[in-house]
Amino acid sequence: MATRSQIPLIFEHSSRGRRGYRYPALDVPETALDELIPAEHQRQQPPQLPEVSEVEVVRHFTGLSRLNHGVDVGFYPLGSCTMKYNPKVNEDCARMSGYMHLHPYQPAETVQGALALMHRLQSYLSDLAGLHETTLQPAAGAHGELTGLMIMRAFHKANGEDGMRKEMIIPDSAHGTNPASAKMVNYQVREVPSDDRGGVDVDALRAMVGPQTAGLMLTNPNTLGLFDENICEIQKIIHEAGGLLYYDGANANAIMGYVRAGDMGFDIVHFNLHKTFSTPHGGGGPGSGPIAVSQRLAPFLPEPIVAEQHGEFFFKRPSQSIGRVKSFYGNFGVLVRAYAYIRSLGEQGLKDVSETAVLHANYLMRNLQPYYELPYDRHCMHEFVLSGSRQKAHGVRTMDVAKRLLDYGVHAPTVYFPLNVEESIMVEPTETETLTTLDTFIGAMKEIAREAEESPDVVCNAPYETPVRRLDEAQAARKPILRWTPEH
Amino acid sequence: MANPRDYLYTKDHEWVRVIDGTARIGITEYAQNELGDVVFVELPAPELIVEEGEGFAVVESVKAVSDIYAPVSGTVKAVNEALEDSPELVNESPFDEGWIAELEINDESQLKDLMTADEYDALLEEV
Repeated sequence: MATRSQIPLIFEHSSRGRRGYRYPALDVPETALDELIPAEHQRQQPPQLPEVSEVEVVRHFTGLSRLNHGVDVGFYPLGSCTMKYNPKVNEDCARMSGYMHLHPYQPAETVQGALALMHRLQSYLSDLAGLHETTLQPAAGAHGELTGLMIMRAFHKANGEDGMRKEMIIPDSAHGTNPASAKMVNYQVREVPSDDRGGVDVDALRAMVGPQTAGLMLTNPNTLGLFDENICEIQKIIHEAGGLLYYDGANANAIMGYVRAGDMGFDIVHFNLHKTFSTPHGGGGPGSGPIAVSQRLAPFLPEPIVAEQHGEFFFKRPSQSIGRVKSFYGNFGVLVRAYAYIRSLGEQGLKDVSETAVLHANYLMRNLQPYYELPYDRHCMHEFVLSGSRQKAHGVRTMDVAKRLLDYGVHAPTVYFPLNVEESIMVEPTETETLTTLDTFIGAMKEIAREAEESPDVVCNAPYETPVRRLDEAQAARKPILRWTPEH
Repeated sequence: MANPRDYLYTKDHEWVRVIDGTARIGITEYAQNELGDVVFVELPAPELIVEEGEGFAVVESVKAVSDIYAPVSGTVKAVNEALEDSPELVNESPFDEGWIAELEINDESQLKDLMTADEYDALLEEV
């Protein structure tokens, strides 16, 4: 048997002639291949696919999955990613045959139940956003950002201002997707600095806006886990300059039912269903990033959205729609899971989610504050950012702390982000963990801080208990081997 | 690794070495140490015209992606093509073999805004 670090690739299991499946005998007349595919488009050599039995495939991938860390295996405090537990009732609902066996080409009158679900989900998300109308189309948060900014541009264009409004203002603590999305729609990015409380520097913002301002992208609470108390002033500055406000909903888990983006003055919001609404995240995806918009932007939403008249549900194209942003109707199976989550918690339940998420983050932050530098010492929202600067003095970098945490069975928090904190460690526990888990994490972090002082080498050489030791990340990025070839 | 005395520096931890009206530009020892292992350098196009403070190259490390800002206005006259295959030169030899690009300087008076080695040493004392 191979040891855990010597797991062969599926190709290396291959044995000539071995198969997992045999086709039944052909019961229709055979057509010559040349009649179907012109000879010049036919491959000359058979593809080098692994020849393996079914049980080998199952054992191979089950074996790999057992080496993996996921939220069903252990704590996963990855800041700004909201790796909360995915309740199994969501899966039960998504597997109901009325949802699972639909075909996207079915006529609307045969899928009224599915459309009703989408319509209700649109309306719940609009309510949570405090905005007018929602599209469920975008397939991820960044896709929601792109869609939102396309709507922003369409709005300025309709007002004859697209030619002059070229700048998108983005805080220095922003998610990297924000400037990337702005670039994708051809906006120039202007970075606004943070003030000493970790919020947007309002004076700097005021000096930056003008007729060239298309809008501002902001997440509130921001990536430091801090609520920007100046949001009313910020929205006034942007709106008076003729710009629009985009709310990055990545941190919506902090505020559900307590404050609505629309009430803060935002015009466009995206929600990450795979974060806030407990659908699978990361490799377990796909994601879903619906956006809600204000009444004046609703005509520009992508098509189709689900509408209702006299109890009948149908697809509708908004009057000045930017068009399609995804094939068919968004990631429908994910929408079912998010709907199940909202319905199983209800209005008060969603508020409790945010309250507990914020409580958990503050509990961890205050218990870790004696051991790690806390750059912004104020109550946090659903996540907080520590700095590894004290450990750095002993030659232990934040990356080393993160690797050492793996030995304690914890997925590492987000590291080196946000960029405006030195050696940053960003922790988001979520509401779904028990006090026992939180205390275990605090214990591990304390122990690592002690090791960093007394025996820094132990931390710098971690991890020890994982299937593979520390990987050469630089080499993997510089000279990646992306596909298997017989020589390897 | 000491900061070379005959170079000029920026607050963004870039260095400038002026030779006959041309500014050779790279990042400092401090910068490469903060960034960690550099895995990719996006070099500017030859003859690109850049304004002082404008991002004109990108250094990507395992930790972060950082813009390289033009310390002075000018025209790109040379780029360090060795970095395409060996980005690690930025880590191994930041002040010499790891240089990034050369600009033909438009306005030599802009050099006065840059820091001397002594001033840059003092800046590093503070961080």
